Amino acid sequence: MVMVTNVTSFGRSGVADWLVQRVSAVILGVYFVGLLGYLVLNPELDFDRWQALFSTTWMRIASLAALIALCAHAWIGMWTVSTDYITTALMGSKANILRFVFQLACVVLIFIYLIWGIQILWGN
Amino acid sequence: MREIRALQAGGQAANLPFQFTNPTRFRASAKLKSVKDNRPINLDFTTLRIPLPAVTSFLHRVSGVFIFAGIALLLWLLAESLSSEEGFLQVQQWLDTLWVKLLLWSVVAGLLYHLIAGIKHLIMDMGIGETLEGGVLGAQLVIASSAIAIILAGVWLW
Repeated sequence: MVMVTNVTSFGRSGVADWLVQRVSAVILGVYFVGLLGYLVLNPELDFDRWQALFSTTWMRIASLAALIALCAHAWIGMWTVSTDYITTALMGSKANILRFVFQLACVVLIFIYLIWGIQILWGN
Repeated sequence: MREIRALQAGGQAANLPFQFTNPTRFRASAKLKSVKDNRPINLDFTTLRIPLPAVTSFLHRVSGVFIFAGIALLLWLLAESLSSEEGFLQVQQWLDTLWVKLLLWSVVAGLLYHLIAGIKHLIMDMGIGETLEGGVLGAQLVIASSAIAIILAGVWLW
């Protein structure tokens, strides 16, 4: 059996990407549902309590885990979408350049999110 | 036409929107000289019957791309709200304006849809609802529950 690998895929293997996408999805799902639930249950939230929440170690760890999961999840998702729709079969040879530029833009945005997120969590 | 239907059904079961595009891509990139080269393909979406599971699957992708950009708004609001007491009040003021509210609602809507469609995806990964009927029912449940969740989010924001 020949395993097809791709230089731009996250784990260099479809099975690895498949698993990372699901594990990161569960982390993100739990985090966002938890945060949304907290906001819904605390309608009279003030700055002190909001800041206190994000200065606890467990919340920083959870937020960092979600941030890292987001980076991996977003890359695999954007990679899948770009390799499915920005193809030479659909738009000719310019697709290769277009796809590279799109993927580069995604990497830059993911990097910005990661650095910005860490700054938010530990900068204040 | 029968073959196309069968392919569509295959695409549904695997929860992929347009699985039958793969041979095209393979053919174009690998430049293989084989029998497969002469197979007729139909990628004209206007002539294809797009089943509901294909629609929900495509929306899952669209919402994914959308919230990837929308994270910028969420991080910006989080950064500002945690920066200082004034920043927190500033965010509250922004959230009182219609445009910020609509923008936030759209990102939250994207998140909720992506989450619900994702949960369905994980359930299908476990082998539940992989039949043609199960795929349609799952897609209907995704549409219904995400519509309710998005409306509730709107009620909560306003």
